[in-house]
Amino acid sequence: MTTPANAIPDRLQTPWESRLKSWEALLLLVAIAIFIANSFASPYFLNAWNLSDATFNFTEKAMIAFAMALLIISGEIDLSVAAIIALASTAMGAAVQAGAGTPVLILVGLGTGLLCGAFNGVLVTRMGLPSIVVTIGTMSLFRGISYIVLGDQAYRGYPSDFAFFGQGYVWWVISFEFVLFAIIAVIYFVILHKTNFGRSVYAIGNNPTGALFSGIRVNRVKFILFLLTGLMAGIAAICLTSRLGSTRPSIAFGWELEVVTMVVLGGVNILGGSGTIPGVVIAAFVIGLVTFGLGLLNVPGIVMSIVVGALLIGVIALPRLWSQWRQR
Amino acid sequence: MLMHSQSQVPTAPEANTPPILSLDGITKTFPGVKALSEVALNLYPGQVTALVGENGAGKSTVVKILTGIYQPDGGAIRVDGHATQFPTARAASDAGITAIHQETVLFDDLSVAENIFIGHAPRGRFGLIDWAAMERRSNEILKSIGATIDPAQKLRDLGIASKHLVAIARALSIDARVVIMDEPTAALSHKEIQELYELVEKLKAQGKAILFISHKFDEIFHIADRYTVFRDGQFIGEGMIDQVNEGQLVKMMVGRDVDHIFPKRESHIGDEVLKVVGYDHPTEFAEISFDLKRGEILGFYGLVGAGRSEFMQSLFGITRPSKGVVRIDGRVRVIRSPADAVANGIVYVPEDRGKQGAITALPIFQNVTLPSLGKTSKNGFLRLAEEFKLAREYTERLDLRAASLDTNVGNLSGGNQQKVVIAKWLATQPRVIILDEPTKGIDIGSKAAVHEFMAELAAQGLAVIMVSSEIPEILGMSDRAIIMREGRIVAELDGDDLTPETLVRHAAGISQGATT
Amino acid sequence: MIKSLTTSREVLLFAAIAVLLGLIATRFPGFVAPSNLADVFNDTSPLILLAIGQMIVILTKCIDLSVAANLALTGMVVAMINVAMPGVPVAVILVIAVGLGTLLGMINGLLVWKLDIPPIVVTLGTMTIFRGIIFLLSDGKWVNSHEMSATFKAFPRAEFLGLPVLSWTAILAVIVFTIVMTRTTLGRAFYAVGGNAHAATYTGINVGKTQFWAFTISGALAGLTGYLWVSRYAVAYVDIASGFELDVVAACVIGGVSIAGGLGSIGGALLGALFLGVIKNALPVINISPFWQLAISGSAIIIAVAVNARANREKGRIILKSAEQAA
Repeated sequence: MTTPANAIPDRLQTPWESRLKSWEALLLLVAIAIFIANSFASPYFLNAWNLSDATFNFTEKAMIAFAMALLIISGEIDLSVAAIIALASTAMGAAVQAGAGTPVLILVGLGTGLLCGAFNGVLVTRMGLPSIVVTIGTMSLFRGISYIVLGDQAYRGYPSDFAFFGQGYVWWVISFEFVLFAIIAVIYFVILHKTNFGRSVYAIGNNPTGALFSGIRVNRVKFILFLLTGLMAGIAAICLTSRLGSTRPSIAFGWELEVVTMVVLGGVNILGGSGTIPGVVIAAFVIGLVTFGLGLLNVPGIVMSIVVGALLIGVIALPRLWSQWRQR
Repeated sequence: MLMHSQSQVPTAPEANTPPILSLDGITKTFPGVKALSEVALNLYPGQVTALVGENGAGKSTVVKILTGIYQPDGGAIRVDGHATQFPTARAASDAGITAIHQETVLFDDLSVAENIFIGHAPRGRFGLIDWAAMERRSNEILKSIGATIDPAQKLRDLGIASKHLVAIARALSIDARVVIMDEPTAALSHKEIQELYELVEKLKAQGKAILFISHKFDEIFHIADRYTVFRDGQFIGEGMIDQVNEGQLVKMMVGRDVDHIFPKRESHIGDEVLKVVGYDHPTEFAEISFDLKRGEILGFYGLVGAGRSEFMQSLFGITRPSKGVVRIDGRVRVIRSPADAVANGIVYVPEDRGKQGAITALPIFQNVTLPSLGKTSKNGFLRLAEEFKLAREYTERLDLRAASLDTNVGNLSGGNQQKVVIAKWLATQPRVIILDEPTKGIDIGSKAAVHEFMAELAAQGLAVIMVSSEIPEILGMSDRAIIMREGRIVAELDGDDLTPETLVRHAAGISQGATT
Repeated sequence: MIKSLTTSREVLLFAAIAVLLGLIATRFPGFVAPSNLADVFNDTSPLILLAIGQMIVILTKCIDLSVAANLALTGMVVAMINVAMPGVPVAVILVIAVGLGTLLGMINGLLVWKLDIPPIVVTLGTMTIFRGIIFLLSDGKWVNSHEMSATFKAFPRAEFLGLPVLSWTAILAVIVFTIVMTRTTLGRAFYAVGGNAHAATYTGINVGKTQFWAFTISGALAGLTGYLWVSRYAVAYVDIASGFELDVVAACVIGGVSIAGGLGSIGGALLGALFLGVIKNALPVINISPFWQLAISGSAIIIAVAVNARANREKGRIILKSAEQAA
């Protein structure tokens, strides 16, 4: 019954057509609007060094957000990322006390992140526990260990060459952190959009049962995603610790929610199955620009959280309100 | 087979009795599909009306409109001649309409009593729920339908047939005037079906109107007083059941005279490919052993819930058996996951297409290439051109109809979705293909295409396992059939032994000689 | 029977708490003296109140991360009312606190019900918004003890039959919501919606509306707790009860409430909260640094969810006759 070709075209829209109508395009417009508004609102905005400083508002969080985006697309979540930063930073602080040099500190930071990620991954994929509860638990556990070790003390005395990761500049106003952020963004773009692994992440997020029934090793993929998220938290811990030059157990407190906000604002469906890396990149810039702009206007950080909170709900609510209104 | 209704209700109400409930010119449209187009349906007190139609004829949409889940776009619902609306499920229930659904949609973590009474629990002082009364009345209702179930038990701990009885008890607990039975006998044994018939007679005697939806003609002619036929969302006709015969009903259902013709095939059965020995599972199946040869189509027949799908999923690596060995080409293979199964050349086309078979929110080509990404990619990087090529090759072989290969699978008809799932597996070049209810819920045209394709696969030397609950399909396609009941293989039939009678008898557990 | 439905999970947790108390008593008998236990209970009362609301929300397959921010906002509002108008009687303050908390809960509920936004996103957003509003209202300043009126501060500490009003509030809430959850249509609807939303729709339950009521109840309890918290600690500022939402979720998870919905009880939430309360109060007594508390409650969450998952593991369909009889 091999029939003559009934000629199904590959695509009806070119990829560029669908990209133009996308969430990312809308978000990019928002980012540009904020940029223009900021440059009118404050004379200090369009200054290369000020803009460079502003990137520190989001680069560390965005590094985690890329891995978190993959995790959320696959239908899981990791709320322990900020606590992993605390634990990794504490471990590095302890290593400094033991006389470790910068290369060892890097290994300790990355290793702690990977171990924490593996711990989450085992609990979720081997024991089949819901990730939201598991990572609320490990969030308390990881940060709790930092508190046990440090109490109300702080680690200081990081080696001077360690400062480069959070304070160094590669060229003119381009900071090391910003370069790292850009490289990680490209790597995650390739992983998610150009590899078999990325394809299986989407498949799992859309329909975990269907993915399993299609021969995908669902648990293995999810475990790797938890590992990656832990690793990114480790990298962020290195940058943040280097930038602050000290470790307290309260370091990066509340970041998990800011990271999730960044991911959701970037158009990643919190229920899994869809989202892109460019979206998260633009969302990172939007949040960075809003924070920086309001800061220039002397608006306190906490009021900023109202804007971010409203943005989070608004960007999801408005399209739904619009479609409900149109149906009437 | 053909039996005329022998209604025991003395007051045989004819045309002069007005219907309790009637649908008039009901239309319902979904994006892209007209599910119902000006259909009519009348339900009379003390009578059973059989709603007959193929899958996709609009039966389940009507049930959803009658129970307040869907709102019609046009037309009128009349209760006792007065136009009304069911904006919510509660409104339909308040109007005395209750439904027993195809799948027992109930609450696993609640008790049997609460499952029966949720939404209309007996109240005591201060309007609080009276649990003692609830359990007492549950006991009474369960006893009245001959069920020995403890009302305090959690529903989760019951078998499928018992869950079905709870669903029926729930329908009885509401003082309903209209009872909708949607495939009520699907999971029941022969004895339980007889008890259900008695129950229906009781309900008729109480003057309730019953809408009976079934695919089984013997049931329809046994229990119904009237019939209504839908086809492709349209009303085709209605009347008294004793004024039609099976052939006329079929003609109304499918719109043509001919029976579905299965492809003529000459089997070339080769060497043994698969041998299963002693597969056991704690709750789902036991002692499953059989073998399968190249070029063979092996049918698995049984009632719904006989454990066929559960066994197949275990063979495919979804669940682990507690015991058992699989040999492929004589060599023992360990299958711990579907990925292992696929690597060993065993693939599974599941019954639940939307949830297990396809990833409906992803495009066709991505669905097709999902298990074959290793072939289309290079060093783990996607190559879209290769993916489109592979997807095109296999979807064309199956004569898929779609706007583009970039269309989401969810936008396709059931038949075309099934073709995507089959294409996905053929692209892996398997040795054994398991098809679980391959033609359930798809239109006649696609059905024939799937059957023809199955025959072609077998002719090419693939070993095919076909799980089916449709006797004609088993008879028309299989070289050999295995019959399962309550999780065990009860018979293996081929050649002249393979008849409708032997299938039914073994599946229902009726001893030799006793026939319906 | 209701008993068989609440299963033995609560019994297990109760035993765990008893063993814990027993171990502490071997070295520090003072800890299990009735007066100290009453103190522990009183100290845990805010957690109990919020855990009841959270349990209902989780039961319907949602989550409310905004409870602590709701508590802080309501607490700040009533504290500022008290400062501005010291004459306003406590009864009115209570009405305002519960009313405002209810309103904030309803906002969450409406966004989930009418716009179908995932609850975690909604409450993550409202949580930051509520905290921001506190800052706007208070201008970042603290409302201190000396600014509050004596009657305002006295209410939660007032003793009645040997227990402070704060404790009685928690006890009353446990009783009322046990009745609501086991004996009313709405209570059972919470279970039905979380257990099987599809089936709930068929039985005439409006899933979104039921979730709305869950958020409303959670908000009302958070508002009530807001006043009790601020008056008991005699201070209000932006960050009070910061991070407390996670303790509340932890209490529920330890109490056997399934995050997947449909499983849980008021008794479980109560015991989960008490478990955390006992640990928190026992640490200083047994000379362990309070810095251990976070790690211990984290471990408790993980262990609890693992134990509960094991108990609820899907058994698969029961097809074999022998398996049905064994069940």
